[in-house]
Amino acid sequence: MHSNQYESVIGLEVHIQLLTKSKAYASDPATFGSHPNSNISVITLGHPGTLPKVNKRSIEFAVKLGLACGCNITRENQFARKNYFYADLPKGYQITQDKTPICTGGTIHIKTNSVDKDINITRIHLEEDAGKSMHDQDPYDSLIDLNRAGVPLLEMVSEPEMTSAEEAGAYLTEVRKLVRYLDICDGNLEEGSMRCDANISVRLKGDPNLGTKVEVKNMNSIRNVQRAIDFEIQRQIQMCETGQRIDQETRSFDAVNGSTFTLRSKEKANDYRYFPEPDICPVIVEQSYIEKIRSEMPALPNELHKRFTVDFQLSEYDAGILTENKQIALFFNALSNLTSNYKAAANWINGPVKSWLNENGLEIDSFPLKPAAIAELISLIDAGQLNFSIASQRVFPEMLKTPEVSAIDIATANNWIQANDSNELQGWIEEAIAKYPGKVDEYKAGKTGLIGLFMGEVMKISKGKADPKTSSQLLKEALDKA
Amino acid sequence: MNVDQQLIDQLAHLSRLSFDAETGKEMVHDLNRILSFVEKLSEVNTDGVEPLIYMVEETNVLREDVVQLEITQNEGLKNAPKKDSDYFRVPRFVDSE
Repeated sequence: MHSNQYESVIGLEVHIQLLTKSKAYASDPATFGSHPNSNISVITLGHPGTLPKVNKRSIEFAVKLGLACGCNITRENQFARKNYFYADLPKGYQITQDKTPICTGGTIHIKTNSVDKDINITRIHLEEDAGKSMHDQDPYDSLIDLNRAGVPLLEMVSEPEMTSAEEAGAYLTEVRKLVRYLDICDGNLEEGSMRCDANISVRLKGDPNLGTKVEVKNMNSIRNVQRAIDFEIQRQIQMCETGQRIDQETRSFDAVNGSTFTLRSKEKANDYRYFPEPDICPVIVEQSYIEKIRSEMPALPNELHKRFTVDFQLSEYDAGILTENKQIALFFNALSNLTSNYKAAANWINGPVKSWLNENGLEIDSFPLKPAAIAELISLIDAGQLNFSIASQRVFPEMLKTPEVSAIDIATANNWIQANDSNELQGWIEEAIAKYPGKVDEYKAGKTGLIGLFMGEVMKISKGKADPKTSSQLLKEALDKA
Repeated sequence: MNVDQQLIDQLAHLSRLSFDAETGKEMVHDLNRILSFVEKLSEVNTDGVEPLIYMVEETNVLREDVVQLEITQNEGLKNAPKKDSDYFRVPRFVDSE
């Protein structure tokens, strides 16, 4: 197979389930995990004579995401009916947007080992989710739960501008980070609150025409989206190489063996017969409303990343880890207002703080210490009163046990304040030198590496309190004089 | 627009309806009559007239994001032709054709 002669073209459709309290067009709860068929209303059930009414917050969330991606926000929004017959779609149509998606244009920035580029967004539109069907509970019937029917979704469609599974993964990671920062979706692919369909085609390198695209569904993690894409690229290349025609079809991913299989072919494709939804009046998004939302926007990951690297001079790597998780980024941001030693602040968060969270399986929301407590540790170290190892291995664990006691009180009570006093240091140094007279001779004979041995002894005698910088200087002087 | 047997078959498939050939013929006939009756409207000159979608001129008829549960699970399931204590039941179907 000459797979290196081919290139793949990938576009992603992401469904983002919105964190509203009630549904898109009705007031029954949008909560996940309730008793089956208890979050329902006559609108959700599609009873005749009922009228849908748009949830204000779903408009707000759509505008937020649009602004975060630099989209154009559509002024006059119409809704449309997408007609298809399915047991978990009680009305026989989905209320969606067809000709007037609420957001158009905009980009998602992705960065991988090989690329650093913007992926253009075609559109983001509002729609509603369908119910859930279960086929494995009964030999003759499918069971329908309509709790999810009518839950608001944003569908975000990218241009076919990705060329590998790696890029698709980076795109999804960015989108997930963004919806979490905006607090509009929990971004959980495993539970299906964020879902991704991939459109994949291959062509010979340099061919200006796109190959026939295949849509792949049912991948419930970013990793599985990548596996599905890799599998599909190889399958399509192999078909091209053996002279077979690729059919435009919808395939499903099988996570067990990492392959895809046909769900429906184009011959049987649905004709959705879109037409305007006459039951919902147009929604006009005024510029003043957009500006109000803009003024309330939280800090976004790329803005924080920029602040951390440009203003705080942190490395790409540090800034990357700090902005991965919104709560961590905000904690660090608060800490950065209390100290000017940003590098030390980043080391504390990415080191001892994160290890403690991992060990305890907690999120930073449950972290017992305030940013001010970390700032105090940093300033004690900078003032030479504590060294990092005493601070992180002794003071920090004590602070976690008694968050109401300050670092300086804990360090003083335990006699951990670092000795800068040269008399005290001198005493420890003399004790260390007296312990190894033979080694002193070897040192003087040129084996200067032995200074490490004496330094270790000083630390042992002082129980870690000796300030390493001052003591190594004093030790060297003492050894030379000895 | 002309309705033929093929279009009727396609619409029947999309709506998951089935009927015998005789009924299908009647539908071709009836639908063609309905369409030619409505066709009369196309005699009106609509150049420069925006399509009318809404019967009212209101905009932004929105709802606050407040939960109001107005029917119970029991009431919701009441009119279903087939159900159990928790679910609507429909003839088994799988997500592939």
